[in-house]
Amino acid sequence: MARLNLFKESAAQAAIDDVLRDIERRLFVSPFGNCHVNLVASILKLCHAQSCGKCVPCRIGLSQLGNIIEDILKGRAEMASLVLLEKTALVIYESADCAIGYEAAGTVLKGLRNFRGDYENHVSSGKCSPDEGGSVPCVNFCPAHVDIPGYISLVESGRYEDAVRLIRKDNPFPGACGLICEHPCETRCRRNILDVGLNIRGLKRFAVDNCDNTPTLQPAASKTGKKVAVVGGGPAGLSAAYFLQLMGHTVTVYEKRKFLGGMLRYGIPSYRLPREELQRDIDAILSTGIKVRLGADIGGGIPLDELRGQYDALFIAIGAHTEKKLELEGENLRGVVSAVQMLGGIGDGKLPDFGGRRVIVVGGGNVAMDVARSAVRLGAANVTIAYRRRQEDMTALPEEIEGAVAEGCEIMSLQAPALIEGDLDDNVIALWTHPQIIGPIEDGRPKPVNADKPRQRIACDILILAVGQDIEADHFIRFGVKAKRNILQTRGDGSVEGMPGVFAGGDCATGPATVIRAVEAGKVAAANIDNYLGFDHKISAGVSIPDPRLENKKHWGRVIMREKSPSERKNDFGHLELGMSRDEAIQEAGRCLRCDRFGYGSFRGGRKAQW
Amino acid sequence: MVKLTIDHKKITASEGATILEAARSAGIAVPTLCHLEGLNEIGACRVCMVEVAGLDRLVAACNTPVEKGLTVFTNSPRVRRARKVNVGLLLSRHDCQCLTCARSGNCALQSLANDLGIVERVYKNETIPAIWDKSLPLIRDMGKCVQCMRCIQVCDHIQDLHVWDLVNFGSHIDVDVSGNKKIHESGCALCGQCITHCPVGALTARDDTEKVLDALADPDRVTVVQVAPAVRAAWAETLGLSRDKATPGKMAAALRRIGFDYVFDTDFAADLTIMEEGSELIERVLHAAKKPEYPMFTSCCPGWVRFIKGQYPDMVGCLSSAKSPQQMFGAVAKSYFAEAKKIDPQKLFVVSIMPCVAKKHEAALPSMNSAGAGQDVDVVLTTREFARFIRSEHIDLAALADEDFDDPLGQASGAGIIFGATGGVMEAALRTVYCVVTGKKPPTDDAFKKVRGMRGWKSAEFDVAGSAIKVAVASGLGNARKLMEAIRSGAARYDFVEIMACPGGCAGGGGQPIAMGQELAEVRGDKLFKLDASSPLRYSHENPAVRALYDSYLEKPLSHKAHHLLHSDHSVWSMPHR
Repeated sequence: MARLNLFKESAAQAAIDDVLRDIERRLFVSPFGNCHVNLVASILKLCHAQSCGKCVPCRIGLSQLGNIIEDILKGRAEMASLVLLEKTALVIYESADCAIGYEAAGTVLKGLRNFRGDYENHVSSGKCSPDEGGSVPCVNFCPAHVDIPGYISLVESGRYEDAVRLIRKDNPFPGACGLICEHPCETRCRRNILDVGLNIRGLKRFAVDNCDNTPTLQPAASKTGKKVAVVGGGPAGLSAAYFLQLMGHTVTVYEKRKFLGGMLRYGIPSYRLPREELQRDIDAILSTGIKVRLGADIGGGIPLDELRGQYDALFIAIGAHTEKKLELEGENLRGVVSAVQMLGGIGDGKLPDFGGRRVIVVGGGNVAMDVARSAVRLGAANVTIAYRRRQEDMTALPEEIEGAVAEGCEIMSLQAPALIEGDLDDNVIALWTHPQIIGPIEDGRPKPVNADKPRQRIACDILILAVGQDIEADHFIRFGVKAKRNILQTRGDGSVEGMPGVFAGGDCATGPATVIRAVEAGKVAAANIDNYLGFDHKISAGVSIPDPRLENKKHWGRVIMREKSPSERKNDFGHLELGMSRDEAIQEAGRCLRCDRFGYGSFRGGRKAQW
Repeated sequence: MVKLTIDHKKITASEGATILEAARSAGIAVPTLCHLEGLNEIGACRVCMVEVAGLDRLVAACNTPVEKGLTVFTNSPRVRRARKVNVGLLLSRHDCQCLTCARSGNCALQSLANDLGIVERVYKNETIPAIWDKSLPLIRDMGKCVQCMRCIQVCDHIQDLHVWDLVNFGSHIDVDVSGNKKIHESGCALCGQCITHCPVGALTARDDTEKVLDALADPDRVTVVQVAPAVRAAWAETLGLSRDKATPGKMAAALRRIGFDYVFDTDFAADLTIMEEGSELIERVLHAAKKPEYPMFTSCCPGWVRFIKGQYPDMVGCLSSAKSPQQMFGAVAKSYFAEAKKIDPQKLFVVSIMPCVAKKHEAALPSMNSAGAGQDVDVVLTTREFARFIRSEHIDLAALADEDFDDPLGQASGAGIIFGATGGVMEAALRTVYCVVTGKKPPTDDAFKKVRGMRGWKSAEFDVAGSAIKVAVASGLGNARKLMEAIRSGAARYDFVEIMACPGGCAGGGGQPIAMGQELAEVRGDKLFKLDASSPLRYSHENPAVRALYDSYLEKPLSHKAHHLLHSDHSVWSMPHR
């Protein structure tokens, strides 16, 4: 026998590792609406299989926890079973020898804390009711519930106009979303069980790019005579306006700024969303006959109650267009700007000159990446992104961070801004930071804490703060809308409590979020305003969906979209992402598993043809 | 058209057809279990699996559309293996107590298992016995449910009542009453359409034959049986007798062999219903100073009455107050008939044979005891129970000669017979109302036949003595809901509306024999209309037994006595509201 041996992975080990990777992907795409208790029961079995079996709490306890939960699932338990379950889990948590045991018990305890009601329901009625949302995960996870398998199959069939028309049934911004949607639809794509989720956003872009016309839906046969005012011409406001106009109401959009588009124009740089693409969406929306008043400051020039008096219903969608402050010394120095100010100016066509300047961006979100990359394009000598946490903790999309780095931005992570230094003329000259070490995880995120290191000075000519946006809610609060930390408070249907006919939605009612959440807000508000006005108009696209093709679903790589090379793209604001080729689009569309037509989708119908 | 090959046979199928449809049209049988054409094409049971050349997995024939150039094998080794394993898996969760199952011999799973040669259960038995609330005559046995989802689909899409749903998830999934309710809390109309569309014995109607046997055996009891109109169109379907040979006379003879003392006919009471309901229509609508906002609705279908009470409680006042023929019969039997025959009504035992599950519930309602001798109808048997009864008595139907119903409650007109088909109550009512109002017969006996037929919602307008009467007929509760919504929104206006809960009316009733994969309401209804056409009497008011009843006992329609015996207050019992 050799004294020591080199590790050699067996074929069996390699195979089980492969299975575990499959299961990891599969676990993450667990359908929304699955019974939580049932999932916990299954996970417990897995945990128990991982046990070495030395210690009593883990070896026997996990199995007994499973038995109790099985009784609960089968309607054989009493409320006392929950007490026994909790006590046993607590003891395993407190007395197991290693993480395999105590963390398994921790999973059970977490469930008992967070969905105890589900357990109690099982005990009292012996059952729980399924949530049918789970049948088509992409549609379910898209806030606007766009018919994704529908338009993917239309792309595959080359019916691009029908695809865009179908998208417009739920989302009037197919162009913008094809380019910059955060695509929550992709995260739980069932294709992950096989290999990796579909590139849904890319397919949407392909449909839009290949559409000569901008197909819209048919407006309602007759006008209702009802008038609706929409305050704010961003994605939430325009979505609501579009659907309400289709429903036969007369809509007027009041926009404070010079152009429509909201954060799509004033927050997202044109290298990600070219203005002409945005304008195509807006033109299609306006083609329904919506009236627009630009430069109309509601609450400023035009009192809100006056507006309310002139219209049958009101939708407030003012977005979140002011900046949050760091509350640091030196924040008012010349050369210190906020991201919203800078991007807002660019949206109106005013490009600042950063030629040869040293730029620091504070923040780690998508907006921080947007301003950093814009600064590169504006000629900055160098761009440094200072962030309190680690790069992997940034909330920006990984591809945005990679893009910024590729374009030459430098990331200084674990640097908390401490003070801003100015010269005698009140020009910013440096950012002082306090180095951090990553600390305990609180609310799911690791919290940075001060490191035992001296402060660091980073010289700069321009300091851009991208540390969050705020809502100009004052007028609306005075008008009577309730707000918490400036976020307008609405009910689940978008209505404002105590103010019949007044609805609010989008960033101003959620805090800064995504364009697709804003579209959702507009859609929900439109539906409920229609009902409030005494109607029940339905929005439908009238598009037939192709049958799934009979073919083998082989494991297959995901098509990704390439970008122009950093050296080519970083000198201007031209669009940087390259769309799919036809071959790529057809291949990618063919990976769709058509959850609308297989599994639960074939039972309950995988689509809502109208809403 | 699409060209493809199935089992080496070149076939042309229409675009959009499923592989199953293509195969069947070419005479190639593909077994199915959960499939219900047009309603449940969900590929849940995976019994109809077929092999498509080039595909590494099998596909469900029932919901896979044909494609050009496909080569399909419906019985390859892989297909055979899949069918056998999948049926074997179903059996592991099925309480295979076939000997004591009401569906034995008429069970899709039993036939499949037999056809596939499954002689052994290889998987561990996983049936879970479940407790069922038996307060209603609709019985569900979870241990037999194969989760084909047909009951859910029928209740959702045909009846629009949404009583059934899936509960729990994945490994613990089951079909149960929706919304975590008990069946009596659900608003179920008891139409029984879920029963007649269940492929197995998971859904059944309560069996009450023992009570009848006890009464027949009791020497102190005088037993009376009435048979609903639609029963005569279907009673022998599972008894090996063709529809032509299964005459009403043979049915009466069989009942007499079973041992009933008096064999009567609900058709008689249907004629009586027309007298009361028709008079009510004349009073409430035709002769009213101002036409009411909403029409008068028929009240003879207890499924519909349960539906309107649960779904549109504010419109219960629009129902005719006339009892159903079953209940009029019971009340008359235990009063007029008992007096005439000098029988103590307490000793009279009234049995009805109905194509219906809801009738069992109706007979037990607290308001249905007008004759003062307990419930007016003691026991209700479905057509299926009646057929089982005949089998248990070992009656040789072929050897039976036709016999007449007994007098006086066995006499009926053709108008009474057609009560069993959609539109029939309306047509019968219009025939008599026309005569009463105009004093003469309509131009032809079939003047009102426009309201016949299988369309879910039929409208017509007739001229009666110079004034137009607008009527509508709906069958199936989904159609009933559409009609109700139209009436409530003002989009539709009628004077008189007939609604039957089951598609096609009682002919397609939830208590009728189950013919898997077939919808027989239409052919059964046709038989009733044929019987009507050949009847010597076509008008309810011409029925001499009905005339005698009024002359000697009730005086006239809507008299005080008629009200007491033949009408009821719908508000004395309640339904869970939606």
